[in-house]
Amino acid sequence: MRHFIRSAAVAIAMAAASTLSLSAAMAADISGAGATFPYPIYAKWADAYKKETGVGLNYQSIGSGGGIKQIKAKTVTFGASDAPLKGEELDGTGLAQFPMVMGGIVPVVNLEGVKPGELVLDGPTLADIFLGKITSWDDEAIKKLNPDVKLPSQAIAVVHRSDGSGTTFNFTYYLGDVSADWKSKVGVDKAVEWPVGIGAKGNEGVANNVSQTGGAIGYVEYAYAKQNKLTYTDLVNKDGKKVEPTAAAFSAAAASADWSSQPGYGVILANQAGAESWPMTSATWILVYKKPDDAAATTEALKFFAWSYAKGDDMAAELDYVPMPDAVVKSVEEMWGKDVVDANGKPLYSGM
Amino acid sequence: MTAVSEAVTSSAMRTREATVRRFALTDTIFRTATRLSAILVLVLLGGVAISLIAGSWEALSKFGFSFLTTESWNPVTENFGALAPIYGTIVTSAIAILIAVPIGIGIAVFLTELCPRPLRRPIGIAVELLAGIPSIIYGIWGLFVFAPFLQTTVQPFIISLFHGIPGLSSLFAGPPYGIGLLTSSLILAIMVLPFITSITKDVFDTVPAVLKESAYGIGCTTWEVTRRVTIPYTRVGIMGGVMLGLGRALGETMAVTFVIGNAHRISTSLFAPGTTISATIANEFTEADGELYTSSLVALGLILFIITFIILALARYMLLRIDSRTGA
Repeated sequence: MRHFIRSAAVAIAMAAASTLSLSAAMAADISGAGATFPYPIYAKWADAYKKETGVGLNYQSIGSGGGIKQIKAKTVTFGASDAPLKGEELDGTGLAQFPMVMGGIVPVVNLEGVKPGELVLDGPTLADIFLGKITSWDDEAIKKLNPDVKLPSQAIAVVHRSDGSGTTFNFTYYLGDVSADWKSKVGVDKAVEWPVGIGAKGNEGVANNVSQTGGAIGYVEYAYAKQNKLTYTDLVNKDGKKVEPTAAAFSAAAASADWSSQPGYGVILANQAGAESWPMTSATWILVYKKPDDAAATTEALKFFAWSYAKGDDMAAELDYVPMPDAVVKSVEEMWGKDVVDANGKPLYSGM
Repeated sequence: MTAVSEAVTSSAMRTREATVRRFALTDTIFRTATRLSAILVLVLLGGVAISLIAGSWEALSKFGFSFLTTESWNPVTENFGALAPIYGTIVTSAIAILIAVPIGIGIAVFLTELCPRPLRRPIGIAVELLAGIPSIIYGIWGLFVFAPFLQTTVQPFIISLFHGIPGLSSLFAGPPYGIGLLTSSLILAIMVLPFITSITKDVFDTVPAVLKESAYGIGCTTWEVTRRVTIPYTRVGIMGGVMLGLGRALGETMAVTFVIGNAHRISTSLFAPGTTISATIANEFTEADGELYTSSLVALGLILFIITFIILALARYMLLRIDSRTGA
């Protein structure tokens, strides 16, 4: 009997110890929440990072709005958003913001006989289509840009996102930048009051509706268009040059941007100058507290981001994301050293 | 001798008293537990109502009554109105009921009156299985199979058929997107069909055989028996079933979101995209970051809560009435 009690006590102690070590392992996981657009690459980085360091990432891709709410409520270590917070909001909440990875948005169409990259559009024409001013594919404005393409006299069916999304934010930002009409009538946001068209949920919803509807036009993330072999169009950029949506064109837009011009690197990459720049390039941002309550957790998160900046470029390219230029990464890491500190003002991040 | 027997009786009395006390105790516990369960439901319902009102307060106090009458839904300028989603919700549900009620009653009549016995169970089970299909499946099927079919065959035909006829031509105006108000109404009709059918079938079974047999006896046809005896006798019960179906149609989210087109506009054409209350909330809640935006979405939820509550209360009331009549 005594023997039994002893062995039972040992078993309980062991169970307790294993629970403790389990909770310790869980505490070491980095927790974050936010944008859905960068989720695939964050997951891939996290997987590789865990193999190397044993530290995992618990990222809930609940949308940018949810990510901002959660970091403000301090339930996560970092938030992620496709739309940057403004300077005063960052100062008011004590959050530091930096860009993590980039992508591109491409217009996709469904026109019989038109292959990917055959059609070219410019900003004002795209804005007029989404405003409902251009309603047929053989409109003069489209003909002028595409003298060699045989355009049908077919009604244009506009497809847009029905859910609030960073993709819509970047897309409408571009349209607002190139068209004063768009800016005054519709505006720029993650969801807007669309003058025409049907709404579809998510990139996949837009893609499905475009591929099912003759004469349709929509916009999706580049990675999505590429992997699903959708008919994308080329665009005329700010310098008046025709560009194809490629990783090089997205990088060119990031390279010509002036990242220090906005607080928290909150530069929207739409309509950047440069002969090679794709006009609908977008970045996605990370939010952490400058003076976090849990300094150790934030340090772990910064280590993960530094590792991703340093070693994640190939993985990003594999998934058709665009890594941040080295100059931007250097500036972000300097900002960490200066701004993100513990209670005693000591920097949390001190290089890899 | 008497003393002994008295002692025995008194001890038996004591045992009995203890048993009765024990019974009383378990009974009290049981009664309290069931009462608490019932109260819990009321507390939950009240909690939901209160949090909806609290959450929508900001929007309702800012927009007031005009929230119900404004069509515009503009997150950029933070000007929100619920008219387009309310319109879409009511129109899609109403059309769904218009389609589902005759078919549902038809199935119920066939199953109770005309169906050969061996077929009765398979058809009955098939109808009930329709109710078990998750709504996301209806949505996917609607988007990938049903909408393209409507777009390429049905809609162009109807548009050309009614072309030039006043009224009908604007009710069925193009372009044929495939998805839109009518498509979601049709999907909803399929989804509420099993509710209407099974309740109608159940109330048809309550019609006393003697009533129907006398009608047949004086030479009525099956149509006349159904029309003059069965349906009048069960009218209230059928209404209850219809209301339950309507409640389901009003609140349906996923399937509708897939096929309605999610456009905050009120259009005369049934082929045009629209939106419903629940589709709007499902689409926009995750990325709604402004306080007023979130509050307006909660206010939409409150409106749906009130509409559904009224409909379901009516349904309960009507079912109660037929229950008391068959009981009497």
